[in-house]
Amino acid sequence: MSDRTSLTIASGLGTLQEKVAGALKLAKQLGATQAEAHANFGTGFSVNVRMREVETLRHQRDQGLSITVWLGHRKGTASTSDLRPDALEESVRKACALAKYGAEDSASGLADADRLATAIPDLGLYHPWAIDPARAIELATACEAAALDADPRVTNSEGASVSTSEGLRVYGNSHGFLAGYPESDHSYTCSVVATGNGAMETDYEYAVARSAADLPSPESVGAEAGRRTAARLGGIKPETRVAPVLFPARVARGLIGHLLGAISGGALYRKSTFLVDALGKPVFAGRVTIDEQPHLLKGLNSAPFDNEGVATSDRRLVDAGVLRGYLLGSYYARKLGMQTTGNAGGAHNLVVHSTAGGFDDLVRQMGTGLIIADLMGSGINPVTGDYSRGASGFWVENGEIRHPVTEVTIAGNLKEMYQGILAIGSDVDRRGGVITGSILVDRMTIAGS
Amino acid sequence: MNPTAGNPLALVRQHVLDAGGIADHDLERALGTLMRGAVDNADLYFEVSRQESWTLEDGIVKEGAHSIEQGVGVRAMAGEKTGFAYSDEVLVPALLQASQAAGAIVRQGQQGRVQAWQPRAGHRLYEPVDPLPTLRDDDKVALLQRVDREVRALDPRVKQVVASLAAAHDVVLVCASDGTMAADVRPLVRFNISVIVEDGDKREQGYAGGGGRFGYDHLGPERLLDFGREAVRQALVNLDAVPAPSGEMIVVLGPGWPGVLLHEAIGHGLEGDFNRKGTSAFTGRIGERVASELCTVVDDGTLPGRRGSLNMDDEGTPTRNTVLIENGILKGYLQDKMNARLMGVESTGNGRRQSFAHTPMPRMTNTYMLAGPHHPDEIIASVKKGVYARNFGGGQVDITSGKFVFSATEAYRIENGKIGAPIRDATLVGDGPTVLNRVTMVGNDLALDTGIGVCGKEGQSVPVGVGQPTLRIDGLTVGGTGGDE
Ligand SMILES: [Zn+2]
Repeated sequence: MSDRTSLTIASGLGTLQEKVAGALKLAKQLGATQAEAHANFGTGFSVNVRMREVETLRHQRDQGLSITVWLGHRKGTASTSDLRPDALEESVRKACALAKYGAEDSASGLADADRLATAIPDLGLYHPWAIDPARAIELATACEAAALDADPRVTNSEGASVSTSEGLRVYGNSHGFLAGYPESDHSYTCSVVATGNGAMETDYEYAVARSAADLPSPESVGAEAGRRTAARLGGIKPETRVAPVLFPARVARGLIGHLLGAISGGALYRKSTFLVDALGKPVFAGRVTIDEQPHLLKGLNSAPFDNEGVATSDRRLVDAGVLRGYLLGSYYARKLGMQTTGNAGGAHNLVVHSTAGGFDDLVRQMGTGLIIADLMGSGINPVTGDYSRGASGFWVENGEIRHPVTEVTIAGNLKEMYQGILAIGSDVDRRGGVITGSILVDRMTIAGS
Repeated sequence: MNPTAGNPLALVRQHVLDAGGIADHDLERALGTLMRGAVDNADLYFEVSRQESWTLEDGIVKEGAHSIEQGVGVRAMAGEKTGFAYSDEVLVPALLQASQAAGAIVRQGQQGRVQAWQPRAGHRLYEPVDPLPTLRDDDKVALLQRVDREVRALDPRVKQVVASLAAAHDVVLVCASDGTMAADVRPLVRFNISVIVEDGDKREQGYAGGGGRFGYDHLGPERLLDFGREAVRQALVNLDAVPAPSGEMIVVLGPGWPGVLLHEAIGHGLEGDFNRKGTSAFTGRIGERVASELCTVVDDGTLPGRRGSLNMDDEGTPTRNTVLIENGILKGYLQDKMNARLMGVESTGNGRRQSFAHTPMPRMTNTYMLAGPHHPDEIIASVKKGVYARNFGGGQVDITSGKFVFSATEAYRIENGKIGAPIRDATLVGDGPTVLNRVTMVGNDLALDTGIGVCGKEGQSVPVGVGQPTLRIDGLTVGGTGGDE
């Protein structure tokens, strides 16, 4: 048996670091001026229970190594899922060969050595879950049962699943940086179908955490899935009109997520963003403040260093509506004449400050308008900020929910929507890389019949 | 190695199995491990995949990238249960270990039977070439640079060009307890170009691309330049676009890629898994009218060289041309082996998976509507007031409610039978089971897309094709900011 099957989370960190160091060394021998390598290993399983029977049991085991080399300022990249010495050597050689065809690009290269992380804080990202498939099946069964039993109109199911995974990430580069850390993710998901008046609706609920101890009970996840799904029945298509729109926290995450693409280095450099030259300018309503907190303990997007080994740190990204920073890695930072912000690979936990009470308070504040349950489609133009997506949800009049709404679109422009944020709720959802409460937007076009 | 001649099965076996020292008796032993108890069927899916991409930005090729992925996926099915494991080692111990894990879904019972191999030839819809070396690396770079130069020269308002060439060489081998032993060598190439145009303080993006199952030699400079011109044309059109109207109106869809409507509104809802589970809005509706009698829709995996075509699906079943809707009547679902068995029908050759690390599901191949009687000009001329949607971005569907949405990237108002001002970023929403009942005219201009489709389902992506003739739909909700009509 090769050395590869012996990889485990407990003992694998050293092995992966050796493989990364070996690849970097070989790249240097082959004439690379600079090199960097990422290696990963992951393992886990998931079970799905549907209509109270086990449906699937999936085992997962992934590994890979990706190497980038520079010959001067010419770059080549190769990756492989085979970590045996011969395969690694072939990849390094391939990356060197590809670099010969790359164009000379003075901005291209490793992050500057003085920006690399010197300490690797323990962010509490690794909490293995001692669970076997039999126990996971019990939990998934309980989760789905709670959904099926939540409402008599819940008649069918796409199942409940329990998933656990753990993995290792290692990064090294020819500045001498070599570090890695373990992490874990565990989740429940439940999706059911409700029937009424010949129509069917589906919805879902989920929970995800670094530590299984932080997951809510599977029954509570299932019951919420059942409640949400039954509530969707009987939707009507309202008349076309302009009205305020309330994005509940789980949907509001996406609304803030569009900011991330718009202030990323590549989009700024190509001017393929609706936020060109927006630094220091009011991009949001004055009540909006957003922090990046890469070191949040157990955070789903926490990381001690970015994809280039650059140290991550807390910062204020949006201060009272004013954009205070971009999301830059070294390459586009150099292109823009700026400094990396430690965001090679993306943002690490955006935390949106709450400005108001809970969800019900926001519904009352909205008065008359639309609560979004679900958004569909990708109708966002990153260059202009034009926003038009399919939606379903609930119509509110005088602060009270009147009826479900289906088959509508909501349209606006992200620049105006961001300026039109009236309130951010205290009902914070922590299940993703954007941590926010519900967001009330002053006006959008709601197209129906 | 490059299996270009002779028996593909023998060559693929050599390519995939011999390197790991896996012999017939190892395959039999692995399947034997899987076929315990109530297991109905088990399969092994070996895959060796190599991919490359070349990306140009700022007029230079900044990076070439290459990746190799290989492994074996092992699956056991018992009734509605599936046990699955995979390994990225194509070696005997890993194969047996994965088989143990996957087979654990069924814990007791008698040993099941493994049928003798029955090697089966699939179609020959594309040549079993490795597309990566079909063009020299420096020629790939030169080609991208030429496209960049010529596209920038088209119009001074072109400010940025990002273009890429990509190729994949995917070699797969399936063997199953039902006696299936089949192999396929799948080339796939693709070119993408996106441009940013600027006029004063207005900026817009345009995009085009295409490809298929062949070598780079089929994507010559002229074809690439055509995509470049198309991207620039679209971006310039959108510079002048006005806000889209909102509300329900008559919509005319252009030919080709707008067939993504069929993919979303119809295709997904006819996949066998949703219908077996009763979670599709089309469940139990075979034989019923679901479209106007002008509409005949098929899923055809047998079109030579198309991006969505396959000689065999990922369970070793040869692909087919499956009629989904014939003259408005719902005729059939798309099936993989498991759902076919549970529904008492045959597999339609639509069992597909993203890779060895994923489980097969019923998936589309090339989904399109056949041509109808109307000239496209006649269709536009028939509309007093409405929207003409010529190109689209992505779409999405809720299988259960049947509601779908897709986003127009190039659209115009129609006024008094004539195409008017371009409109920006309109989203269309509708209801799958009823939308095709509102088709009142079907063009004689059937076209398939250029080879850009990627379909996502349960986290798995596969290449697909779509197509249609020009269609008039009387009543789709258009969502813009330009006010009610
Ligand atoms: Zn799809």
